[in-house]
Amino acid sequence: MNRILLILFMVSLTIVTNGNTIRVDKNGNFQTLKDAIRFSKPFDTILVSSGMYSSVNTFVNKPLTLIGVGEVLLNGFNKDDILIIQSNHVTVSGFKLINSATGNLKDFAGIRIQKSKHIRIHNCDLSEMFFGIYISDSRNVQIIDNSSKGKNGGQSNSGNGIHLWKCDSILIRGNHLSGHRDGVYFEFAKHCRIENNLSEKNFRYGLHFMFSDDDVYEKNIFRNNGTGVAVMYTKNVSMISNRFEENWGDASYGLLLKDIKDSKIHNNSFYNNTVGITMEGSSRINFNNNDFTMNGFALKIWANCIQDTFYHNNFSGNTFDASTNGQLELNSFDFNYWDKYEGYDLNHDKVGDISFNPVSLYSMLIEQVPFAVILLRSFIVYLIDIAEKNIPYITPQAFQDNHPVMTRIAR
Amino acid sequence: MLKIIKYVIYDILRNKILLFFTLFLALMAFSLFMMQDDPSKSLISLMSIVLIIVPLVSMIFTTIYFYNSYEFIELLVSQPISRKAIIMGEYFGVAGSWVLSISLSLGIPVALYSANATGLILLLSSIALSVSFVSLAFLVSVLTRDKSRGIGISLIVWFFFSVIYDSLILGILFFFSEYPLEKAVLAMASFNPIDMARILILMKMDISALMGLTGAVYKKFFGSGFGMIFSTLVMLLWILIPVVFAQKIFKNKNL
Repeated sequence: MNRILLILFMVSLTIVTNGNTIRVDKNGNFQTLKDAIRFSKPFDTILVSSGMYSSVNTFVNKPLTLIGVGEVLLNGFNKDDILIIQSNHVTVSGFKLINSATGNLKDFAGIRIQKSKHIRIHNCDLSEMFFGIYISDSRNVQIIDNSSKGKNGGQSNSGNGIHLWKCDSILIRGNHLSGHRDGVYFEFAKHCRIENNLSEKNFRYGLHFMFSDDDVYEKNIFRNNGTGVAVMYTKNVSMISNRFEENWGDASYGLLLKDIKDSKIHNNSFYNNTVGITMEGSSRINFNNNDFTMNGFALKIWANCIQDTFYHNNFSGNTFDASTNGQLELNSFDFNYWDKYEGYDLNHDKVGDISFNPVSLYSMLIEQVPFAVILLRSFIVYLIDIAEKNIPYITPQAFQDNHPVMTRIAR
Repeated sequence: MLKIIKYVIYDILRNKILLFFTLFLALMAFSLFMMQDDPSKSLISLMSIVLIIVPLVSMIFTTIYFYNSYEFIELLVSQPISRKAIIMGEYFGVAGSWVLSISLSLGIPVALYSANATGLILLLSSIALSVSFVSLAFLVSVLTRDKSRGIGISLIVWFFFSVIYDSLILGILFFFSEYPLEKAVLAMASFNPIDMARILILMKMDISALMGLTGAVYKKFFGSGFGMIFSTLVMLLWILIPVVFAQKIFKNKNL
């Protein structure tokens, strides 16, 4: 897929370089971007020199390459969208965009891409944005090394950093998103690749997607977002080597999985979240080689999750390793490291000889009677947990790791 | 009274039990801080230990000490000293040495490894906890003349506050889980000095967010200025009320 993208991009570049070059300058023939675009022919290159330019609803309606040379500021003056791309083969790079409009009737954006193919946006800095980059009905778009900052409008008065609606084959790499409602928002976006992005301090989710099958998320960092990361109603998702960090709050998750199926979640790190992973109605997901460190709950697995496998994960320093809300447990745990494991290894094969049940009685009690949290870390809770561990009665027995490893798995 | 306080502190220092306990607690605190990289996690472990050990040891130690110095107290009563001065002298002597012991054994490691608001709250609530159990021990000791009975009652009081009371709360929460109980739970918690200390420390830790939506109610209350004043006041009452009663009973007591 990527190779095809690359070839198409090369082809588009060679076509572009065949065009003329037009300069936009404060003292030149073309003093605004709009004039230059009106004059240009398809596959021309427009170079914009340093300075501040007004740019309200600038339509790019033919294949063009727009390049900002130096400090080029496109100001939307809080009036409307700033740049609207409605043509195939458009490249935009090196601009600073500021002040898109805010509103409830329309999703105003810094860069809007509609019904287009082969678009490339890179090295653009967007700030004071409602929506940052808004892509709809498009294919083969590359969003690389940009940054977008919201207007700090709170959850109800902010838009999303990168917003995708009905897209296919989009590459989002190396972007920094903050101060938005959701850092990255996908709906009906398939075959996309999201890698090396940093999404932090957004008001709602760092990453939020629905109905977006066959996407790959790799090496992203989702940090300190209002309620973490929530993904829903999707299958064939791969989340690899991401970091979910510092999502502390009353309703905050490192990762919330709702109705996710047939997916891979490998090599991720969940650090210091209220809940590492919450799973609801999610099945056939493989969790391999993840690190769960210092979370409140590492896992909350509702009883309607089936055939999920947990293999070779590290659980350390979590207040509770796992919690569930029912007796039935149809997922499997094997060869994980649990720092709360107190078993022994007589034959020295580095695998504990007795199984480990990560669900404590108290964690189940809290699910049923939330007010019981007031007894957290009291002596009585310690006593009943020990009693339950030795003679299990209430905690689900199938919820156990039959081969807990003795030492932390090195990565 | 000052002379009595001085004598009591000197006596406690001489019998070395409290000295050993101070060393033991300090050693434990140091090893907890050294075992883990993250001081906030060690603070949690330290809290669990302190909440069990400090009330137990302070209560039993005080009861035994009181009964052992019974002859000395009888001697003092025969002197022209008011009974109030005698009992308060004894009390301030024991309580003072406990304040000293806890501030040294916990204060030094906490100051070295975790000198922040959480550490301070842990230290202050441990001190308050030990002093309130010293007060309770005085009340128990003046109630009965028999030493073994006194120690027995002390143990029961400790067991009540650290285990039975919490299981009662748990039971009530379970049976009435369909009712909005947050205010009732707050009230119930303030009738137990150990719960009070534990909640105060937990609220200062990051862990409060773990408590979720229901925890938010508690955090809102205890995190506010009013909540802080309320909990400090409750702790003070837990120190004052038993000792005031003890003094009243001692005044009219037939030794």
